[in-house]
Amino acid sequence: MITKEEVEHVGWLARIEIDAKESDAYAEKLNSVLGYFGQLDEVDTEGVEPTYHVADIVNVFRKDEVTGSMPQEEVLANTEHKQEGNFKAPKIM
Amino acid sequence: MATWTDISGIRQKIADSSAEEITASYIETIGKSKINGFTTLSEEAINVAREIDANGHGGPLAGVPIAIKENISTKGLSTTCSSKILQGYVPPYDAHVIEKLKAAGAVILGKTNMDEFAMGTSTESSYYGPTFNPWDMDRVPGGSSGGSAAVVAAGEVPVSLGSDTGGSVRCPAAYCGVVGLKPTYGCISRYGLISYANSLEQIGPLATNVADIATIMDVVAGYDNRDSTSINRENTYSDALKDDVKGMKIGVPEEYFGEGIDEKVEKAVWDSIAKFEDMGATYEKVSMPHTKYALASYYIIAMSEASSNLARFDGTRYGYRVDGDNWHVMASKTRAEGFGDEVKRRILLGTYALSAGYHDKYYLKALKVRTLVKQDFDKALANVDVLMGPTMPAPAFKIGEKIDDPLSLYLADVNTVPINLAGVPSISVPCGLADGMPVGLQIIGKHFDENTIIKAAYSFEQNTDHHTRRPPEVA
Repeated sequence: MITKEEVEHVGWLARIEIDAKESDAYAEKLNSVLGYFGQLDEVDTEGVEPTYHVADIVNVFRKDEVTGSMPQEEVLANTEHKQEGNFKAPKIM
Repeated sequence: MATWTDISGIRQKIADSSAEEITASYIETIGKSKINGFTTLSEEAINVAREIDANGHGGPLAGVPIAIKENISTKGLSTTCSSKILQGYVPPYDAHVIEKLKAAGAVILGKTNMDEFAMGTSTESSYYGPTFNPWDMDRVPGGSSGGSAAVVAAGEVPVSLGSDTGGSVRCPAAYCGVVGLKPTYGCISRYGLISYANSLEQIGPLATNVADIATIMDVVAGYDNRDSTSINRENTYSDALKDDVKGMKIGVPEEYFGEGIDEKVEKAVWDSIAKFEDMGATYEKVSMPHTKYALASYYIIAMSEASSNLARFDGTRYGYRVDGDNWHVMASKTRAEGFGDEVKRRILLGTYALSAGYHDKYYLKALKVRTLVKQDFDKALANVDVLMGPTMPAPAFKIGEKIDDPLSLYLADVNTVPINLAGVPSISVPCGLADGMPVGLQIIGKHFDENTIIKAAYSFEQNTDHHTRRPPEVA
């Protein structure tokens, strides 16, 4: 069971502000899904390896060669918040 | 006037008139649309068509209109994942599939509606409002590529691209009575597809017929070094367009006809399998015992990957931003306002499933169950050529019916998500009606054996008339 306090904490970890008024409603819906996920406890996975992806490939390398990149003005085209060729954001610490 | 012309028919029409006329006639049809399938129309489309008329184009899709899902990057054309958080975002580059389509001469008409960030089965969670099923305007078109399926079904465009993370091409194809293919993982480059759950998803085509699916695959599939999971493998999909299933061995997983299946859907699918027998194929029932656990495994993995992939939407570089005193407050407020409820729920659950203390219980467990689901496919497909079953257990549901109960919505994906966990290819083709709504037959193949499922689907189409039925609402 996820509590409303845990919902608010996970919201902070995920950088999604959860209002104290919303956290009860979130907890209820999240718990119904987590309850369903609990059915995996029935499955015997002793000795089973996890599958992270199904592509039959390991370590994709390329030559270490200099190639072109996107022009700086195009990279910055989708924001108003920029300065001297950089993205501008409020202080992080 | 909607026409439902196939690609070869359109190419003939272009030869008889012009690409500009064809493009203009589709834009006129879209202008009268009531289904809210398109989100943005390209202002460039008519110019691209004129250019093709003026200079000629030798490509296999010269002048052929196509619609693109909102989560596939198109240079200069809005790409928002149908989310508030990406309003105003215009990609500075094309996805690999878009480069390929443009080189082949395709005319991109516009972008199509979807569940926000492809998280849904109904296209109701879009910031642009729901898309309506052209067969019944009170019903959902399926999702998440609901717009891409509905516009093809309504004759607003001949072909489209969607993406399929857990059934998002096949579900709306089934609900809207069109053909949709989820290729093998690694078949089509995901470069420029905005990631939701990157170990599961593939871009896939939707069309009114199987031949058009093969034509689009011949253009968009292939190796791309900008997607490290792209596989270098040559194949000509249109070589599979043969009416021949003699001796084909079909496996029918009994678990795909489980609890909650609609009787009329079940009958339509069994009638289809009987048709394959008439055509010279044989079938046997097979068991895939971990199917029951695929849904939980899928959702844990998808949500976990989403919590990581969607971390980039923080208001710093593009899209919606709410100001704050420091970056963390800015990001937290931006994401609280910019994401819809279902997206937030999935990010929260994914973050929870990956967090200390729960990682092994949820995420690692789900990855192990994924191995067991994949082994079910390996075993079943070792003895048969294809697997068949219903794409969706029931026909399209009513708008609003499931939107407040996430779990009931997830349960609709029971027959589509195992395929993404295993990474195998699967095609949904129309196979009848249930209470006036289309039913999809799902044909599943071995890794990179698209040609066998395309051949089966094409043969079925040649010997039945299900694919010729059109929605009464727009006909």
